[in-house]
Amino acid sequence: MTTANALPMGLATREAYGQALLEVGTANRNVIVIDADLAKSTFSWTFGKVFPERFFNIGIQEANMVGIASGLASSGKIPFISSFAAFILCKGFDQLRMGAAYPKLNVKVAGSHGGISIGEDGVSQQSVEDVALACALPGFVVCIPSDEHTMRAAVRAAAEHDGPVYLRLGRPKTQIVHEAGVHFEFGHSIEVRDGHSLTIVANGLLVAQALLAADTLARKGIEARVIDMHTVKPLDTAALERASHETGAFVVAEEHMHHGGLGSAVAQALVAGTPAPVEYVNLGDRYAESGKPDDLLDKYGMRAKNIVSAAERVLARK
Amino acid sequence: MVAATPTVSAAELANIARTLRSHVVRMIAAAKSGHPGGSLSAIEIITALYFGRVLRHDPKNPAWPDRDRFILSKGHGVPALYAALAESGYFPVTELMTLRQVSSRMQGHPVQGLTPGIEASTGSLGQGLSVGVGHALAARLDGKSFRTYVLLGDGECQEGQVWEAAMTAGNYELGSLTAIVDSNRYQLDGAVEDINSLVPLDAKFESFGWRVIDVDGHDVGAVRVALHQARESHDVPVCIIAHTTKGKGVTFMENNNEFHGKSPSADQLQVALSQLAE
Ligand SMILES: Cc1ncc(C[n+]2csc(CCOP(=O)(O)OP(=O)(O)O)c2C)c(N)n1
Ligand SMILES: [Mg+2]
Repeated sequence: MTTANALPMGLATREAYGQALLEVGTANRNVIVIDADLAKSTFSWTFGKVFPERFFNIGIQEANMVGIASGLASSGKIPFISSFAAFILCKGFDQLRMGAAYPKLNVKVAGSHGGISIGEDGVSQQSVEDVALACALPGFVVCIPSDEHTMRAAVRAAAEHDGPVYLRLGRPKTQIVHEAGVHFEFGHSIEVRDGHSLTIVANGLLVAQALLAADTLARKGIEARVIDMHTVKPLDTAALERASHETGAFVVAEEHMHHGGLGSAVAQALVAGTPAPVEYVNLGDRYAESGKPDDLLDKYGMRAKNIVSAAERVLARK
Repeated sequence: MVAATPTVSAAELANIARTLRSHVVRMIAAAKSGHPGGSLSAIEIITALYFGRVLRHDPKNPAWPDRDRFILSKGHGVPALYAALAESGYFPVTELMTLRQVSSRMQGHPVQGLTPGIEASTGSLGQGLSVGVGHALAARLDGKSFRTYVLLGDGECQEGQVWEAAMTAGNYELGSLTAIVDSNRYQLDGAVEDINSLVPLDAKFESFGWRVIDVDGHDVGAVRVALHQARESHDVPVCIIAHTTKGKGVTFMENNNEFHGKSPSADQLQVALSQLAE
């Protein structure tokens, strides 16, 4: 059983993204990387300094970058494009719609500094709606890895996958939740802890918090199952269906606004299958503010303790 | 508080600029995050606007309908603006040191409606000039004489929206609109020229129907003259290209793009403050 206190600190998922880009780019010469003046922040530079001829830092022009990726993909390349999640999705949305989703092109989109854990820069750079936006692009795979191992695996899977993919990367160093060789497939969640009292479904930074919450709950005699639902689309409905039968209650935890993220997807799936009560741990319907990442996660309620209270609320409804 | 006297001299303005620079490095050091490079390059521009009798504004009445508008499109430079707003009396100077802390009005990027004197929420680059076009159109529609100033980064000018706004302002002959480009030659990942060059920037604006004024962006007297020339322009929008040095005033930050988005250490802060005191 995984206990959270023992989790070692790993790389930021953005740093693992850069390493994996270099790996897939070494294996496949069709991999092209573009960035929009954030190459050192997104770690796409890890690839860029080794393969300068296949790397383009085009400056501060996210919409143009998506359009260029559309052309590259149409001509047989596999473009990986990166910026902050807030900019690449919000500024490039129509281009993603017309140039990637609608023509079903092989465009890989990396949105870095997702969520509010970017911290002090504040709302303009905090992406709290990227998962909703990416899920609103038909045919996109939408994936939010929780640690460096699953991030590397997700980049490999994205390079193999024929079609558009959105990956959310995080700024802070992140605890290692999975084994290095963990089996990873888009659309297949990973159960990180078994339990039968309720199920905590989480992704990204909140998986480690869910494990911490499960430890606290266990001390109270509540056995929580924890599922890393790294892929929001396509969603692993089979795992949810099983969990609904076996545990009968859910907490969904994510670093995102309330609407259109993992919480919405899980609720939608449960209602279509075996309904069960659900409580949510997320930002709600608001923006955050500037502050240290930990201070913000505390103030805006995306911590293990919030998951524990949500678990107690949902058990009362079971 | 620094009082803007009617006949403030260039030397007095230079003193105010030094005060603002000290605030900027102190604030960013205390926050342990922020953007010193692009805040310091913009100091003379902001000093001339707020203390060189360019902006008509009333710190006690930030919502005065006839005030001139100043929009900081390069929102990451906001420590420089907070310092000027505090010294103008919009809020206490002591509040500056809460930069980037939870529950502070000194947000990491400008937030409209939260901080007195902030006219637009920026930080996603490329949007401020469009907002300026909107204010200038509103002034024309209402027959008001307020003017609108927008400060852009040079890297920021890579965004397509800047040129959509420039085209609109030129075609609508928005004579009350002034753009100022803080041309410090660097963006986040390196030199603008290497990444995606804007050259010739002056000819670009001119071809969109703007009058262009080039100025040494650290000669505060010259910046004030350029801004007053722009004030006198009523037929077409004016773009002031301010040639600046990123990190200006602190030797180890000047032209050192490491300090685009990195705070000085405690030791570096002391060196910076002693240089600014000279
Ligand atoms: C749309 C958008 N893309 C990327 C960023 C990240 N970013 C912050 S500052 C910066 C560089 C800005 O360069 P410039 O406009 O020249 O400003 P300055 O040199 O004055 O700091 C970048 C890319 C952003 N804030 N907004
Ligand atoms: Mg610049």
